[in-house]
Amino acid sequence: MTYEERLENVAVLGAAGKMGSGILLLTAVHMADLQLQNKDKTYVLYAIDVSNKALTGLMDYLRVQVRKIAEKKINWLRAVYEDREDLVENGEMIDEYIFDVMKIVRPVDVMEAAYKANLVFEAVNENKDLKVKLFKQIKEHNDKVWFFTNTSSVPIHYLEENAGVKGRIIGFHFYNPPAVQKLVELIKTENTDPELEKFALEYAKNLKKIIVPSNDFAGFIGNGHFMRDALFGINEALALAKEKGISLPQAIYMINKVTQDYLVRPMGIFQLMDYVGIDVMQFIMNVMNPYLEDEDLHSDLLDTMMEQGVKGGQYSSGAQKDGFLKYEKGKITAVYDPDKKEYVPVSEFAEEADKMLGELPESAVSWKSTLKMKNKDEVLSKFFNDIKNSDTLGAKLAVKYAKNSKAIGEKLVSDGVANNADDVNTVMLTGFFHAYGPINNYFD
Amino acid sequence: MKPKKKIYMTAGYNTVSLGTGRKEFNPKKPRPGIEHYIKEAGQAVLEKVGGAKNVDETVISNFMAPRYNRQANLPGFAPMIDEGLLWKPAVSVEGACGSGGLGLTTSIRSVLAETADVVMALGFEVQNTMKAVYGADVLAGAGWYKVRKKGHAHFFPGQFSDRAGVYYEKYGYDRTRKGMAMWYHNAIINARKDPTAQEYHNTNPDPFATAYKMQPNGKVFVDHLTVLDCSKVSDAASALVVTSEEGLKRIGVDKKDAVEVISFANVIRDITKDPTDPTELETIRRAVQQAMADAGITAKDLATVETHDCFSIAGIMAVEALGLAPKGEGADYVAEGKTAADGEVPMNTTGGLIGWGHPVGATGVHQAVTIWQQLTGNAGDAQINIPADRPYGMTINMGGDDVTVTCIIYKRGE
Ligand SMILES: NC(=O)c1ccc[n+]([C@@H]2O[C@H](COP(=O)([O-])OP(=O)(O)OC[C@H]3O[C@@H](n4cnc5c(N)ncnc54)[C@H](O)[C@@H]3O)[C@@H](O)[C@H]2O)c1
Repeated sequence: MTYEERLENVAVLGAAGKMGSGILLLTAVHMADLQLQNKDKTYVLYAIDVSNKALTGLMDYLRVQVRKIAEKKINWLRAVYEDREDLVENGEMIDEYIFDVMKIVRPVDVMEAAYKANLVFEAVNENKDLKVKLFKQIKEHNDKVWFFTNTSSVPIHYLEENAGVKGRIIGFHFYNPPAVQKLVELIKTENTDPELEKFALEYAKNLKKIIVPSNDFAGFIGNGHFMRDALFGINEALALAKEKGISLPQAIYMINKVTQDYLVRPMGIFQLMDYVGIDVMQFIMNVMNPYLEDEDLHSDLLDTMMEQGVKGGQYSSGAQKDGFLKYEKGKITAVYDPDKKEYVPVSEFAEEADKMLGELPESAVSWKSTLKMKNKDEVLSKFFNDIKNSDTLGAKLAVKYAKNSKAIGEKLVSDGVANNADDVNTVMLTGFFHAYGPINNYFD
Repeated sequence: MKPKKKIYMTAGYNTVSLGTGRKEFNPKKPRPGIEHYIKEAGQAVLEKVGGAKNVDETVISNFMAPRYNRQANLPGFAPMIDEGLLWKPAVSVEGACGSGGLGLTTSIRSVLAETADVVMALGFEVQNTMKAVYGADVLAGAGWYKVRKKGHAHFFPGQFSDRAGVYYEKYGYDRTRKGMAMWYHNAIINARKDPTAQEYHNTNPDPFATAYKMQPNGKVFVDHLTVLDCSKVSDAASALVVTSEEGLKRIGVDKKDAVEVISFANVIRDITKDPTDPTELETIRRAVQQAMADAGITAKDLATVETHDCFSIAGIMAVEALGLAPKGEGADYVAEGKTAADGEVPMNTTGGLIGWGHPVGATGVHQAVTIWQQLTGNAGDAQINIPADRPYGMTINMGGDDVTVTCIIYKRGE
């Protein structure tokens, strides 16, 4: 089967979910472009989900997003529709393109639709039994299909063995949201068909994604780093509270600030946990943990938060839900106290906390300002060097944090999860928008 | 045409030209609609002329309200400006980007025909109702609909990009780009002197360098122009009154505070045909020559010119159409600073279409308001020197690709 033939019949499982909808969008657009160039073929994309309500929402999402994509490639559309005399204006071509994409998509709530697919993208909930069950069911009716799973933490070989899909499965791990994030982690098993891998690379290239190969260890590179980095942050906050005799909310505030302002990250570590979702984190850690021999990836604090129903994550509008931190119009206004089971306003401790951390060196730069910086390395070197030579509590916490972050990265390489330090850094730079990779020499 | 009786213009007013560049512009927030602009400009003019009772007729210039704002039948908006215009005549005129110029000459004709002594000419366009990619479809209506299909997504930038491409080929790329960059530079510097200009808030320390460095890239825009070579999308209105000598007396304005129309020319090219020579704006050349011949002056008598620089290359070609520089040397003339506010013939002294803004149907009227401000000493920070031996001002307003052109020559009233 050629690349184009493989894409003639595709299914996305969990298509109405956060990741599934993005994967569906990108794939639908790619397939529509192939359809426009191969008029004698018929391309079909099944959007499969158990929730019909969510599928209806998916169609709304598609229409809005395809319009944005179409507006950006209007020059291409004018060339593609050159022979269509009925289409004259940009607006007419954009509308037509939206319809051309939508007409490939078949939203359905029955798994049988996947029985004819050449390719299945799986993005259902992170539940290994569910994933195994679905793969098995499809396999029994379909002997040519390839599986692309978006699992964040289940080793691919586990799915391969238990579903009995030897050689026909690959981890194709998009980042959230798939339509925006450039990074994809690609995870083979030892049996993965080389043709399947070749296809995956070509597909990623056509979607303009950056591929980083990861080896098949639970959590892969991205979550492998993030989960450990977050756990370190939690433990640092607990230790800080104890050591300095301050409240946990204050300590959380301080570690969040150090990880953002001192380490020049897009957001502090607790805000990132809220963004990912405390439930998602706990879940992923639970999936990863059984596969880890020499460490315990677990946090009582996360369990407590979950018990108290504080979960973070996003509303369907994309707005941030409250988690460790409370947000008002995107600003952090309070921090959760699990003992009191309530949020404590930042104003109650911010002044004392900032005083304890001390002044940032004058060479400090914001994460945002590094985005377009041409001499980023030079500027960061100077700032981090000043931090290294500073006596403040903030600087000390930052150096310790950065060194741990590097150690996590190096361990991913020595454990064979990542092939090399560059791959770890690429994942953190592109998947987590860090301004510099964790494996660096700034803090040695 | 040299008017057979004295015709004056006075009491000019411009709203702010709203769009990208203005601090108060936020594409995500609701903005004032057409009623706001029509009222603001109309009421400001009425106040200067002693109220609506002194106005006999209203001429409204607009290009595409039917598409930008879902509104046609524009004469009906005249009485909304002021009840005093109720039951009085009004008309709307359309000639694409040349609508404003047509509105002025329509007003002049009404005074000449003695059907009115005081005509309010008001132009407006509210374009920020849609994204640029759809706005391009609307603006393409200024060309022939049958060539839209094979045109560029950004139809008009595409047309002038093609002209620029031939011009580069014939007269040299770098030399032309230098002139175009300087055209942009002057537009920005001049706009900063007029608080209503769209680029008033622009703080670029060296607009020339920015424009000169930026290379056209067909992959992201069009082949031979950058975005800085183009006028922007604008919401605005401009208005003034056109009067007879009696009319001026009626509204109580001194001749010194008015400009006199010395001559005017409407020249039209066949919209269904391509320009004969893409490196020349022939219709503009003919209109300018005709107006100057009727006025009995040459380009050397001009103190200032407002020309239709929807694209910087159009500014350069207008310099040549005026005869200020031979064909192929317009860019050098501009690069040497001769069109700057302190140059030989200052052009577009409040920024022109690129710097002040291009609210399509208002543009021709805005040009006349600027000339009126300059010749009567009312241009504020943008005021240039009007030499006593070169007292004339000129406006050149163009609709479409050199199709619907109006050229008017003015002098301060005496
Ligand atoms: N959210 C992220 O940041 C992220 C990032 C990378 C990878 N992932 C992974 O992607 C996968 C999906 O995550 P998500 O965040 O999009 O979850 P989600 O809960 O938003 O979406 C899951 C979707 O699957 C549907 N579903 C459940 N059971 C189904 C079934 N039997 N058949 C068909 N559809 C079914 C649900 O209705 C839902 O629409 C998970 O494996 C997750 O680990 C998530």
